[in-house]
Amino acid sequence: MSADTLATAKFPAVELEGITKRFPGVVANHDIRITVQAGTVHAIVGENGAGKSTLMKILYGMQKPDEGSIRVDGKDVSFRTPSDAIEVGIGMVHQHFMLADNLTVLENIVLGAEPKKDVRLDTAGARKRINALAASHGLRVDPDKLVEDLGVGDRQRVEILKVLYRGARILILDEPTAVLVPQEVEELFQNLRELKAEGLTVIFISHKLDEVLDIADAITVIRRGTTVASLPRSEVTSARQLAELMVGSELPTPETRESTVTDRVAFKVEDLTMEADGYRPAPKGTPVRTYVEKLRAEGKRLLLDDVSFEIHEGEILGIAGVEGNGQSELIEAIMGIRPAHGTIRLGEHDISAWSTLKRRESGIGYIPEDRHRQGLLLEASLWENRVLGHQTRKPARSGIWVDRSASKRDTARIVKDYDVRTPSVDTLALALSGGNQQKLIVGREMSGAPKFLIAAHPTRGVDVGAQAAIWDHLRNARAAGLAVLLISADLDELIGLSDTIQVIYRGRLVAALDPSDITPERLGGYMTGAIAGTEET
Amino acid sequence: MPAGLNRALLTVAGAVIAIILAIAISSVAITAAGASPIDAFAAFFDFGASERAQSNGIAAFINRAVPLFIAGLAVAVGFRMNLFNIGVEGQYRLAAICAAYVGSTFTAPAPIQIAVIIVVAAAVGGLYALIPAVMKVTRGVNEVIATIMLNYIAINLTSYLVRGPFAGERAAGQLTTTTPELPESAMFPNLNFVFELFGLLPPTRGGGVWGFLLVAIVLGIVIWVVLERTRFGFNVKASGLNGPAALASGIDSKKMIIAAMVMSGSIAGLIGLPEILGDKGAFNSNFTAGLGFLGIAVALLGRNKPVGIAVAALLFAFLDRAQGALQIANVPPSVITIIQGVIVLLVVVANEVTNRLALRLEEQRAAQELGRKQPVEVAA
Repeated sequence: MSADTLATAKFPAVELEGITKRFPGVVANHDIRITVQAGTVHAIVGENGAGKSTLMKILYGMQKPDEGSIRVDGKDVSFRTPSDAIEVGIGMVHQHFMLADNLTVLENIVLGAEPKKDVRLDTAGARKRINALAASHGLRVDPDKLVEDLGVGDRQRVEILKVLYRGARILILDEPTAVLVPQEVEELFQNLRELKAEGLTVIFISHKLDEVLDIADAITVIRRGTTVASLPRSEVTSARQLAELMVGSELPTPETRESTVTDRVAFKVEDLTMEADGYRPAPKGTPVRTYVEKLRAEGKRLLLDDVSFEIHEGEILGIAGVEGNGQSELIEAIMGIRPAHGTIRLGEHDISAWSTLKRRESGIGYIPEDRHRQGLLLEASLWENRVLGHQTRKPARSGIWVDRSASKRDTARIVKDYDVRTPSVDTLALALSGGNQQKLIVGREMSGAPKFLIAAHPTRGVDVGAQAAIWDHLRNARAAGLAVLLISADLDELIGLSDTIQVIYRGRLVAALDPSDITPERLGGYMTGAIAGTEET
Repeated sequence: MPAGLNRALLTVAGAVIAIILAIAISSVAITAAGASPIDAFAAFFDFGASERAQSNGIAAFINRAVPLFIAGLAVAVGFRMNLFNIGVEGQYRLAAICAAYVGSTFTAPAPIQIAVIIVVAAAVGGLYALIPAVMKVTRGVNEVIATIMLNYIAINLTSYLVRGPFAGERAAGQLTTTTPELPESAMFPNLNFVFELFGLLPPTRGGGVWGFLLVAIVLGIVIWVVLERTRFGFNVKASGLNGPAALASGIDSKKMIIAAMVMSGSIAGLIGLPEILGDKGAFNSNFTAGLGFLGIAVALLGRNKPVGIAVAALLFAFLDRAQGALQIANVPPSVITIIQGVIVLLVVVANEVTNRLALRLEEQRAAQELGRKQPVEVAA
């Protein structure tokens, strides 16, 4: 280490104290405390939706915290925009690359911080600096190549160089390995180690525990928007220990295992397959399976690959998987939002060709993974939100009219039965807290006697009280004979509620597990593909 | 419902502030143009010296407001669903000439004659709007670009039609080309008797107060009912507020795009009728243009709600009427355009501000009533 880095090392590179950020209705971050020492790789781990991204946006000046202070190199700072963060040497490498494909590497790196010679772009000067930076940090790139010709790993290096070019001493990497293959991950880690050796500080956000253990010097765990632990690497003995911290051990243990599963199949999916590059109908007369094999033989990427399962009345089937392995596509195929190959059956009916509306009318309920995107009209009243998805059914419908008074009455029923805290049914949905919005959605989707319910992350971003209530509602509905497809990133939720768990990995169901004898850690092994799938049940 | 009242009051306050600011800014422009703002604003309220002139002024004001109101409604139906039907201009012109021509080819009792003309106008407007809708749902063509391009086609097509296939006899010495004269039974009775009820002289110019005003009022009410009370209106609202949520709720976005576009086009088709059926009795090359574009401003100003659009149409018509009076007062009449532009800009800003304010208030109110802390509090 040079004398220079030693001098700055007196203070931690970044200190966050008591950071709290509220969005209308949700607390995204609550009393976050993190101290990042200079010249280290500090990992921040947490489940999806735990509040990592919000925290990073705050640290990078994209959002202002409601409470709390940020200190960089011992000095109090307050960011209004990302430029303020860049000013004090904080740079961010986004998960989704922000590069202009049709420009060269050099142009991309200098974009927005162009060195000028009079009025012209000082290409020679820029190239010299980029080459110097690349050489000193071991980031090999050809500055004159077009970005569109680069692979993912190279693009990421360009992003890192771009940040370094702006003089960053503290790098935030948001899920940098999500898009990389294992060899590229190893290369990235080599680069990060070199950056560290140069005295730079790296904040590494991830939910992949083995990688975190590989690279990090210190680890902070975030759960439900707050920091639950901060440990040096040496104190972490296993991924399991981290996993427990991440999902939390105070969560309810698996409940009464009294099975309510019947032998009547309520919902069945066969050979469900979806291409990545757009749906094309299979030729007439070709069975789906043959067609899928042909697709596979052609090397087509499949978002859903021959997914088959059935759910009985009174059964909850949990789908475990790292986000982006086909869960959203599975839901969209079942709801009829995106076309797919294969058959979907609800009770006796083959609903594969039905519209979304008809599927809903015949008894499919849907608690969406992102309630603000798919579940609510935020700027409409609660009773109008009650009508949403039920606009063709009683009590919302009356001929061509919307039955306002009946809708309001029924909304009042949901408010009462599901304990939605609201001044009235005329209140706009956005005025409610996340938990209350979610309870309204659960109440709505349980209305009209559904036969089958898709519950995607039903308790994401809601407080503990609402979580317990929603779980109770799901259990009660299951006892009453509802078939539920539960998709969740919360492994305790999955294990605690499900009668059967299937693991989805790269669009395939790779393992069927019995929740009564599975640990989060082993489940994690299946989810990341570390344990090859075996049928256990 | 106090929350709704709150929001309405805020909106009105925002609009009033915007108009006062617009007057201030326009005064600067008028002064810069070398005229006196006081004279100019006096001219807006100067409806003429004689009683007859005043009646005519009032009639011109109302007659101008009617097509603007219909145009605003047409645009608003699209806006409600985040569909930008910029093609109202082309739709109404094409509809107007087709309706005028079809109406001139036969003679029937007045109610039938007028009904046929209205139906033809709505059908032509709706069909012409169907083109961009189909392009959008099948090929993803942006409706803004498609409708702008279709405007050019429609405008030139009408110029061709009025000179060629649909041209009627040109009277000696007349400079404009026109479609054949409509029969007497096609002319909508005027509402001049209202003036007499109030003891005023009936207006004489421009066919008096056009009876189509009544149709416009009925149309406004029908549209309000459709948008606010029916399932179709709910689907439009849901699609506009949150497309993905509407889709997940089983609202077929393609059908909705087509339905909303065609509805918007059909309403647009009626824009030209007040003038044809109330005064001109034909479509000629002097036919009032630009109403479709003004309709966009009127819809924005009226926040896509029929009542708001009515107020906005009256405001625009009030300003437009002063053309002559301003010239007499030695003020360039183009200040009207400046005032209209400034008002639209400011009202759009004011709408945004009051909207956010209203939403914030609603959140706080909900929070307070529940005895929670306010959703966002700033730490010391």
